[in-house]
Amino acid sequence: MSIRTEPMTVNIGPQHPSTHGVFRLRVTFDGEEIIEVEPIFGYLHRGTEKLAEERNYTQIVTLTDRLDYVSSMINNQAYCLAVEQLMGLEVPQRAKYLRTLTAELQRVASHLMGIGFFLQDLGTLGTPLMYAFRSREKILDLFEMLCGARITLSYSRPGGVFFDAPEDFWPALDQFLADFHSEFQELEQLVLENEIVMVRTRGVSLLPLDVAINGSVSGPTLRASGLGWDWRKMAPYDAYDRMEFDVPVATGGDNYDRFWVRIQEIHQSIRIVRQCIQQIEPGPTRADVPLVLRPEPGAEAYGRVEASKGELGFYLVSDGGISPYRCKIRSPSLMNLTVIEHLLVGWRLADMIVTLGSLDINLGEVDR
Amino acid sequence: MAVQQLGVVELAEKVGGALPESLAPDRPDDGALWVNAPKIADVAAFLRSDAGLDFNFLSSISAVDYISHFDVVYHLTSFSKRHTALMKTRLDGRYELALPTVYHLWRGADFQEREIWDLMGIRFEGHPNLKRIMLWEGFDGHPLRKDYL
Repeated sequence: MSIRTEPMTVNIGPQHPSTHGVFRLRVTFDGEEIIEVEPIFGYLHRGTEKLAEERNYTQIVTLTDRLDYVSSMINNQAYCLAVEQLMGLEVPQRAKYLRTLTAELQRVASHLMGIGFFLQDLGTLGTPLMYAFRSREKILDLFEMLCGARITLSYSRPGGVFFDAPEDFWPALDQFLADFHSEFQELEQLVLENEIVMVRTRGVSLLPLDVAINGSVSGPTLRASGLGWDWRKMAPYDAYDRMEFDVPVATGGDNYDRFWVRIQEIHQSIRIVRQCIQQIEPGPTRADVPLVLRPEPGAEAYGRVEASKGELGFYLVSDGGISPYRCKIRSPSLMNLTVIEHLLVGWRLADMIVTLGSLDINLGEVDR
Repeated sequence: MAVQQLGVVELAEKVGGALPESLAPDRPDDGALWVNAPKIADVAAFLRSDAGLDFNFLSSISAVDYISHFDVVYHLTSFSKRHTALMKTRLDGRYELALPTVYHLWRGADFQEREIWDLMGIRFEGHPNLKRIMLWEGFDGHPLRKDYL
């Protein structure tokens, strides 16, 4: 005997604790199974690109903090690289190392948050999330030593960084690295080979590589589908050309692989941080640049970095004025959402939130 | 090997040979492949399918309002050939602007084309779901335009 079912449409969000921000999914179910998905966003749209047209090049750094707000350091860096390309500015070596170092610490913090909330979405009720936040908190403390802020950092500036690191930053960083090793091991042992995590996430919501590439997916989500494309390797910026690190790749493209890639990337980021500490040398931390920059009329630049979520790009066009004529932000979280329909249709309600967590989107960046 | 931006001369030769009259003459020499607006999807299909170019990844689409005209800029990447390219097209005027969609070539164009329609007011012909994305249906105007204050 078959039971007759009727499709039912449910709104997940925008006010829902598991949508990682003000994100709404209109989902149609047939019983437990998802048959239709429509992502709806824009609730956090602040018109960042329009605001940028009204501010000078240095002021815009503060707007970039508010894109992916758990990864401000990398946003600042991407924007500054675009401005430096536009102006033809040369950045001092020490600033390059400081940017690389802080970007990697930020990647660790962002991935910790991604992993923590992914596990929370699985129903782990706090413990792994708190383990992740314990380490993330220490990274924010380090950032506070550098620039006085914890979230909206604005540490990178066109031509370098805001300030050199204070003297007590270096011993604090060493202490963090020493503690982090065992702290992260504790988290890994708890979840990486955990049977429940495996059963819930292995083979769920598969993302084949061709779908990922066609959908402009980048970052850990792309690498979990089998392609080791990382802009830090492919077009090295700042000090990445002097860093030795591996690009973790998984081939399954399921929820577990996306989670696994982030865990492995944390190890690689720590490797880069250690190399930065070894290689950094004294020197100036900011090129001699005026506060108000005026690029050539008609100049344009596309600065891109491998942010924690994927390819983050700033496309700047100048008309010779003190503000960019156009500042387009290529947001990895927005582009990674392209495949959400592919990931969810055919799977079950209980996997939906987990899959969304495995994408690790940030609505500040999706909506801009 | 690091990723290189493909030289525009070489690129224009290939595209011009395969698709005559698809390229726009007399455009600024800015390293971009300037395409006639109605031909944008044809050229994109060529860039994507040509074995030597293989632009399988659409990094981003941007629109720029120059008041008398709009430029639409495509940043393309090839993962297999490890090169990038810049493709541009120009739309004259401010009203009833339309461009063929590249949605069917790169699904990644979906949200970006919707965003350009929403914020810049350029339609993409053939896009299956061209509605506002950041703002709500019924919103008046396209706020990233220079005349929207």
